[in-house]
Amino acid sequence: MTGLRLAAVLIAVFTASFALAQGDGRRSGYQDMSPALQKMQDDDTANPAMLFVQAGASAWTEKAGAAGKSCADCHGDASSSMKGVAARYPAVAPETGQPVDLEGRINLCRTTRQLADPLAAESDGLLALGAYIALQSRGQPIAPPGDPRLSSLRAEGADLYKRRQGQLNLSCANCHDDNAGRKLAGASIPQGHPTGYPIYRLEWQALGSLKRRLRNCVVGLRAEPWPYEAREYLALESWLMVRARGLAIDAPAVRP
Amino acid sequence: MANVLVNAPKTAKKGQVVEIKALIMHVMETGFRPGTNGRIIPRNIIEDFSATWNGREIFRMKMSPAIAANPFVSFSAVASESGIIAFRWSGDEGFVAAHQVDITVT
Repeated sequence: MTGLRLAAVLIAVFTASFALAQGDGRRSGYQDMSPALQKMQDDDTANPAMLFVQAGASAWTEKAGAAGKSCADCHGDASSSMKGVAARYPAVAPETGQPVDLEGRINLCRTTRQLADPLAAESDGLLALGAYIALQSRGQPIAPPGDPRLSSLRAEGADLYKRRQGQLNLSCANCHDDNAGRKLAGASIPQGHPTGYPIYRLEWQALGSLKRRLRNCVVGLRAEPWPYEAREYLALESWLMVRARGLAIDAPAVRP
Repeated sequence: MANVLVNAPKTAKKGQVVEIKALIMHVMETGFRPGTNGRIIPRNIIEDFSATWNGREIFRMKMSPAIAANPFVSFSAVASESGIIAFRWSGDEGFVAAHQVDITVT
């Protein structure tokens, strides 16, 4: 009898520790949203980001540049060729040996393969293509590549994340690690995992990139945001992806 | 062609209440905001949205500057007969968009 009871206790302990190992306390911003917003994101005909996805899908097959090639001419069907891509960027571009984020990758394809002008940062065209590509990774776990060439960039990002800046003298970690789940004025502070970019942010009434979100935060610290092409964003993005490793992509997300 | 997403059932039973959702890309500029040059950005909104079922109007709404960008409208209708549900948006600066879906009622 005691043996049986012991076995039951042991099983209970194992299950509990397994559950703890699974839920390591990390939460996507999706989980911190109201049920109404979650529904808005989940319904592909209520999620306004899907309008951009629709535009991105047509841009995917549109020929551009002097080479007269479309994305589809090289990559074919995005639903198979782009699956999991958004979950692993920033990555090192083979052409340059330099790290790029997904938007940088799109523009690199435009300039080197399509021989077209790069799309402007935060332009509708770039966001639409980004949203269409990110959608193909929906549900995939974030999987930053194990490329050693990325380690210094990630270390830079981790350092930036912890560095205090601006007139308020706060670091990213002060909010998103130390006070996540609590309130900043009326808004709840998420843990800051980049699972859903590009996001349709209701405050913006538009689709925006992770860079735009980071600029928002930096301005909130009363620091001067870096220019769009700055290495700091790439470093922070790379670190944030490592920090969110294993969380599922839910792009294109809706956020308050 | 405006960017539109419509969600309506393809089939319905006669007399059934069906939910119809329509989302359209539009800036819905209020006409109250100053631009970076300090001047007011002229109003540019969708003023009117309507839906017809085989030509018979089933829904109409007037939109105002207080409605957010990319307006989403959801409404219900009683499935009466097979045919076409047509949507029309019109507004400032000569904006007109139209979309239609087929529905089979059994």
